Amino acid sequence: MTRFVLEQIGRFLLLMLAVAVVTFALVSLSPVDPLQANVGQAALLGMSEEKRAALAAYWGADSPMHERFFAWFGDLLQGDMGTSLRYNLPVVDVIASRALNSLALMGVAWLVSGVLGFALGVLAAMNEGRAIDRVVKGYCFVLAASPTFWVGLLLLMVFAVGLRWFPIGFSVPVGMAASDVTFADALRHMALPAITLSLVGVANVALHTRAKAIDIMASDYIRFARARGLTRWQALGRHGLRNLALPAVTLQFAQVAEIFGGSVLVEEVFSYPGLGQAAVTAGLGGDVALLAGIALVSAAVVFAGNLAANLIYGLVDPRMRPAKGVRR
Amino acid sequence: MTETTLASAVAAASEAPVLSVPRARRLPNRKRSAFLAVASAFLLAAIVVAGLLLEPAAQATDFAAKNLAPSLAHPFGTDWMGRDMLCRTLAGLSTSVLVGLGAAVASSLIALVLAAAAALGPRRADAAVSWLVDLMMGIPHIVLLILISFALGKGFWGVTIGVALTHWPSLTRVLRAEILQCKSAGYVAAAARLGQNRLAIAWRHMVPYVLPQFVVGLVLLFPHAILHEAAITFLGFGLPPEMPAIGIILSESMGYLSAGLWWLAVFPGAALVLVVMLFDAVGESLRKLVDPTSAQD
Repeated sequence: MTRFVLEQIGRFLLLMLAVAVVTFALVSLSPVDPLQANVGQAALLGMSEEKRAALAAYWGADSPMHERFFAWFGDLLQGDMGTSLRYNLPVVDVIASRALNSLALMGVAWLVSGVLGFALGVLAAMNEGRAIDRVVKGYCFVLAASPTFWVGLLLLMVFAVGLRWFPIGFSVPVGMAASDVTFADALRHMALPAITLSLVGVANVALHTRAKAIDIMASDYIRFARARGLTRWQALGRHGLRNLALPAVTLQFAQVAEIFGGSVLVEEVFSYPGLGQAAVTAGLGGDVALLAGIALVSAAVVFAGNLAANLIYGLVDPRMRPAKGVRR
Repeated sequence: MTETTLASAVAAASEAPVLSVPRARRLPNRKRSAFLAVASAFLLAAIVVAGLLLEPAAQATDFAAKNLAPSLAHPFGTDWMGRDMLCRTLAGLSTSVLVGLGAAVASSLIALVLAAAAALGPRRADAAVSWLVDLMMGIPHIVLLILISFALGKGFWGVTIGVALTHWPSLTRVLRAEILQCKSAGYVAAAARLGQNRLAIAWRHMVPYVLPQFVVGLVLLFPHAILHEAAITFLGFGLPPEMPAIGIILSESMGYLSAGLWWLAVFPGAALVLVVMLFDAVGESLRKLVDPTSAQD
């Protein structure tokens, strides 16, 4: 057990180190001029040569790359990710204030798409070849081919602009003091983005579960259960669901990366103030520190998803548990 | 009398239930798959050619005919500069398809080289490649694309290289497994025992085994590449606004949604979905034809 924990911590640290190196290298490659990004084009043009050189030396813009990396990485180890240009706040604060919005959105979408996808997959498999099956399959194929942001745009047009059931964007009503915002307001603003992400996320799990459930329903143990007099649904409930849940849960955790990517697009469509929107703003505005910080956080989230998949695998499937008392 | 009984007997015999008949006349499955693949490929080629030809028309503005709802003259409507949305959509699709094709081909070549290195090279190469795959999969796709595009200064090369550099991991895994399976096959061992040199074995035995999988994997990369190109362009990191692209059209349409210009977003997006599904159809049909376990489905 200790060995497992240490191994995971080691893998996490190695991954973070690699992501930090890659992110830093990519961000430094960028043709964005650090001086211009920091002081603005107009101010830079008005400066004298010496002033520019002095500023460049002050910020260390002309020091070699490895020195800059170690300076940044050293601060990172102490929890300081630098200052965001766009938001004029420490990156850590920007990320912290937005992480809650994003994590709530992703969590809801992840859960809904998982449960809905599983249910649809089982339903389709139990009605294989019938109308329900064809509808579910068609839905999944179309949704798997649809760009997330387009689905978001359609929902926005129909339910926010057309029917006015939901607000057009943001996470709280415009012009309301933060203390007056109720939980219901926040939910109403999160609804459309979460629905978009869930609708798109369903396809993968549903198709996978359907294929697996069809396999299981044709297996010997289901046939034997049917011979004992169980109905198809009873047989599925007692013998099939556990076998089905395992790959579905693993797949759903592996999809955390996809959901994170989808949330970037959805947040942009709905102007929802989360990590994804901040990443886009940072990228477009040359806010290097914030972009690097969000990349690190996203990698950590994905790692947590994969780790959870491994742990739950062990919980659901007795075969995956390390045998007690057996020395390997 | 006898003639009528005979006639009725014949009639009865032809109506009598037959124990075994083919269920329904339908095309043989392999032919159907092949037809689907070829037809979809042709349709895609037609879209690309039409888009390239229509590119001047897509940029032509006509301020007398702006913000028109879909009609016979403009099936997809017109935008706020009077540009015909059908022309713009087709031109955008051809750009997206070409960028996607280029990026996916480059990506699949990366996958092939890395998979071969992992499967045939020393054990350390294998470990390095699988670690690299894990690393690439450890960062969300879109975030990585934003980073790469940012590093390359956005624009056409930013998005093309970004998509090319991020889509190889899954194909690498598949190809590595295929090459390993082929390497341990009996006929490869036999060929080696018979004294054939490694190059000859690779050419005679491995290429025919791996190539079909490679082609199918490549075709199935297209939809992902196209969708990601559109997404990253939509976010503002991809193709520049003066190029016709679906991502550009859709991000511009955002400003006109509340004004009720729904056709600006609906049709171009639906056309993109159609193109992606066509690519999926080509890829899946090819996979069925190549894969012996599903060849008769």
